[in-house]
Amino acid sequence: MHYEWDFSFLSQYKSLIWIGVAYTMGFTVLTSVLGLLVGSVVALGRLAGRIWLTVPLVAFTEVFRCTPVLVQLVWCYYALPVVLGIELSPTSAALITLSCYGGSFYTEIIRGGIRSVERGQWDAGRALGMTRGKLMRNVVLPQAFKQMIPPLVNQTILQLKNTSLVSVLAVPDLLYQGQLITSATYRPLEVYSMVAVVYFVLLLPLTQFARWLEIRLSRSTA
Amino acid sequence: MTDHVSHLDPVAPPMIEIKQLKKSFGSLEVLKDISLAVPRGGVVSLIGPSGSGKSTLLRCVNLLETPSGGSIRVDRQALEFAPGSRLPADKRLAAFRANTGMVFQNFNLFPHMTVLGNVLAGPVVVKGRKKAEVLEFGRGLLAKVGLSDKENAYPASLSGGQKQRVAIARALAMEPQVMLFDEATSALDPELVGEVLGVIRALADEGMTMVLVTHEMAFAREVADRVVFMRGGVVVEDGPARQVIDDPKESATRAFLAHFHGQASD
Repeated sequence: MHYEWDFSFLSQYKSLIWIGVAYTMGFTVLTSVLGLLVGSVVALGRLAGRIWLTVPLVAFTEVFRCTPVLVQLVWCYYALPVVLGIELSPTSAALITLSCYGGSFYTEIIRGGIRSVERGQWDAGRALGMTRGKLMRNVVLPQAFKQMIPPLVNQTILQLKNTSLVSVLAVPDLLYQGQLITSATYRPLEVYSMVAVVYFVLLLPLTQFARWLEIRLSRSTA
Repeated sequence: MTDHVSHLDPVAPPMIEIKQLKKSFGSLEVLKDISLAVPRGGVVSLIGPSGSGKSTLLRCVNLLETPSGGSIRVDRQALEFAPGSRLPADKRLAAFRANTGMVFQNFNLFPHMTVLGNVLAGPVVVKGRKKAEVLEFGRGLLAKVGLSDKENAYPASLSGGQKQRVAIARALAMEPQVMLFDEATSALDPELVGEVLGVIRALADEGMTMVLVTHEMAFAREVADRVVFMRGGVVVEDGPARQVIDDPKESATRAFLAHFHGQASD
């Protein structure tokens, strides 16, 4: 089969593409930061070991972990107004959904990291007279963080790719802009190839940074 | 072999006073009505079979375990417990623990800190001192345990005996009034036990109040003033170290010590 590849038309859509990149990156940064915040709060809440706190927090994480993001996005935007009478703009619906979705996975990573620190470390910190906060900051988190880095970066990579789903709510991210360009030019092969390359270029430094960080951290305790 | 100099003051109130202490894990009663007093400068060794509650008792003294009943006093800080009672507030608890040093069977050094960092963790993190201010103090403690050349090493590169000596220096850096040793030599290769016991003996000679959970009967006999034999969560026998180990009154103590036959006699 013969196909004439031609990428030249993309240059006239430069500004659309840049807007898409800005939205994708903005969404990634915002939902990662908010997601980490949600994850930290939920993880610490669960580690407190109070049943009245644990039950709703487990319910929250499991609902977001066990349903597809696409469904969550649509539900948050279309069903929340009906059920709770809350009107959300597509952007804020997408931000909330992705933050909670990412947050539910971050929760498990953070909790796992903290729990991976040996009991003896807690004993040693307590025996020295550290308060809970000092113990967390000086003993537990520095060790837990090392365990968390690879899965956190992995989850953030997924988070960036998940932002492509916000296009169903007509949020003008990179994929949505690609769809617009495709419908105007009928050249999906070039457009989606370009979209893939942009995602790759955005993510490759992140994975390389994670590798570098992992090596550095493991060296510091050798 | 010389006896260590006694620092006991017969008039002063005991440094540690435990009264009717109880501890249960669920329906399992691990400590049943333990009463024990350790005088200022006293060295008490807790011996007994595994599961006798001796480690739990030690962990109760600095509240790593919450007693279910009874009272504990260390120097001027006293706490009472009742079934279901909660631990005191975080700050009060931390202050209570800061006054007692603890050394663990598995060392529990902080792997992400250097040897000196471990030793300074107490003064810097707990007491909020500036690192520069306490640097020489920390080095002094490392010298005391014979590890001056290791201050920049990480725990992973040390032998078990070296790790335990760092752990002792770390506990001493809080300048505690009491030191608790929870089977401090049980995880060590036999040839490394001596270097750790040497450090503990030196502390006894300085007059540090200490409670040792140990399986080293010869050491207990030599260093401790008193030996307490526990079994099934109760104190079976409590007396002068040599008398309990050489000539126990209770048959249970005799049966237990028979396992260590040969170690206890010179």
